[in-house]
Amino acid sequence: MWALRPRKRPKPPDRRVCSKMALIQVDHITKVYDLGGVKVNALNDVSVTIEQKEFVAIMGPSGSGKSTFMNILGCLDQPSSGEYLLEGEAVSKLSGDQLAEIRNKRIGFVFQGFNLLSRTSAVENVELPMLYNGRPAKDRRERALLALKAVGLEGRDHHHPNQLSGGEQQRVAIARAIVNDSSIILADEPTGNLDTKTSFEIMNLFVRLNQESHITIVLVTHESDIAKFSQRIIRFLDGKIISDQAAPK
Amino acid sequence: MINIPSAVKISLRALRVNKMRSGLTMLGMIIGVTAVIAMLAVGGGAKSMIGNQIASMGSNLIIILPGASTSGGVRMSSGTTPTLSMKDAEAILKSCPAVADVAPGLGGVAQVVYRHQNWSTFVNGTTPSVLDIRDWSLSAGRPFTDQEVKTAATVALLGQMVVDNLFGDVDPVGQIVRIKGIPFQVIGVLAAKGQSIMGQDQDDTVFVPITTAQRKLFGTAFPGMVRAIAVKAKTEDALSDAEEQITQLLKQRHHIGPNQDADFSVRNLTSMMEAAQSAANTMTILLGAIASVSLLVGGIGIMNIMLVSVTERTREIGIRMAVGAKTWDIRLQFIIEAVILSLFGGTIGILVGSIGSKVTGYFIGWPMVISPLSVMLSFGFSALIGIFFGFYPAYKASLLNPIEALRYE
Repeated sequence: MWALRPRKRPKPPDRRVCSKMALIQVDHITKVYDLGGVKVNALNDVSVTIEQKEFVAIMGPSGSGKSTFMNILGCLDQPSSGEYLLEGEAVSKLSGDQLAEIRNKRIGFVFQGFNLLSRTSAVENVELPMLYNGRPAKDRRERALLALKAVGLEGRDHHHPNQLSGGEQQRVAIARAIVNDSSIILADEPTGNLDTKTSFEIMNLFVRLNQESHITIVLVTHESDIAKFSQRIIRFLDGKIISDQAAPK
Repeated sequence: MINIPSAVKISLRALRVNKMRSGLTMLGMIIGVTAVIAMLAVGGGAKSMIGNQIASMGSNLIIILPGASTSGGVRMSSGTTPTLSMKDAEAILKSCPAVADVAPGLGGVAQVVYRHQNWSTFVNGTTPSVLDIRDWSLSAGRPFTDQEVKTAATVALLGQMVVDNLFGDVDPVGQIVRIKGIPFQVIGVLAAKGQSIMGQDQDDTVFVPITTAQRKLFGTAFPGMVRAIAVKAKTEDALSDAEEQITQLLKQRHHIGPNQDADFSVRNLTSMMEAAQSAANTMTILLGAIASVSLLVGGIGIMNIMLVSVTERTREIGIRMAVGAKTWDIRLQFIIEAVILSLFGGTIGILVGSIGSKVTGYFIGWPMVISPLSVMLSFGFSALIGIFFGFYPAYKASLLNPIEALRYE
């Protein structure tokens, strides 16, 4: 259903010996925050592998390190130690601008608070990531409209965020996340601000994107109802993974 | 990297959101650029006025005046002794290589009468070369000839003001006027020249052959005495050489020893005028410098507003970074915003400054000169101010941590 998806992506060079490369491979990462002399271990020796086309839910209480983990997965933050390989590429050695390029091309973010630009129409919000990879304006508009259509917002492209409901705003954010053909969507409590019915609609959209467009989805949630939509649930506690199992069906 | 048209579009949108604020920020630039343009126009006007006066006086001009006499230890005023003669003038032309032409002069105030009209003016006895030396052309008739100078013919060239006062609509050429009761034939009219740098009206004059002035109008104590000698140097560079040569020659001719005061004085008018012009230049620079202080204040205003804008839009910056904006994408966006503010302000300032100074100049009677250079300078300076004062806020924006920026409320 996400029509632009079947574009051929050049395979990143395989620098690793292993035959099958994981999409996300996290090896023994730690993250230490220094809060006024007190060292806080937000992540403590975390190792996870996420394959392509997986739909993973991350659960855990506040302060368990799941947000820090998501920030590292999203290349917004770097681990204090350990290795993070994204499609075989060691992310921890990259510069800020190289990380920005990875976020632009390979990762789509969906936030709890939507994080759309106010005073900017839906279609222009969706165009935003394409502004930073040099696509011509006409191409941008075309792809943005297609992405809006893919999330079921056809015809609402010139509405501003304050004219859209919460669910519609989250759809705009999802359209923005997929418009650059990203292979991963990282969603941080995407249904946290939505009612149950809308939450399920959004989750169904994620499931469709995962199954039809083969986009890998990693999602943080508190609610087991929401986690049920995924295939695999990873639980965090005190900066460590305490369980990693298939989602109950 | 973001392309510039998209960045400009984003910036324009951001500026439109806060119209009042953007307008007030621009006002700082508008006032600054207006002040610079107006001040440069005032200075440019002063320069052009002096330039016109130099041109009307004649270029590369040196004036030799007789010196002060000393009578029983009392020194009299300059020009009281009749020390210069026609022969001096001829000698200068003959033996000073840096001199192109000379025109001796002898004159005085006299009443000029035409029919029932009369007018008091300065009658100047001189030679035909005066027209060349003072870059003065005729608007009608012909100049007098060397022959007429030799024979002390009673012919006259009238200045425009004299013509206006005596003749009205009548064509003066060929008419007879009386100067000190002696009939003169008008053979030509001098082209209008306007005021001299000293403020006299140069058109209020009559030229007659110097011999006529000496013999018939203003009888002289010695034959061949002249009141002044105007000298044109060959080139501007030859002015000081000419001055030197003339001084040497006249000292020799007047038998003045090395330690004695000369009985004449040599004045290089062109260099005096040039000094005046460079004074006007200095004034222009000074005025411009003072005005550019307000431009600087305008620039600081832009920086101030941009810093506020960066803080307000922290979350927007975080979103942009999360979707892949690089360091320079963020910087460029804020720099472009600052440059748009400063260039808009600058352009409006140039318009207001140009129109304003022309209108003011018209009412106060000062020639305002707006040079393309000052316009381009203001425009370029505005752009530079935008880049300079926009850079720090843009730099701050680009250093934001995307995680914290996204959490910013």
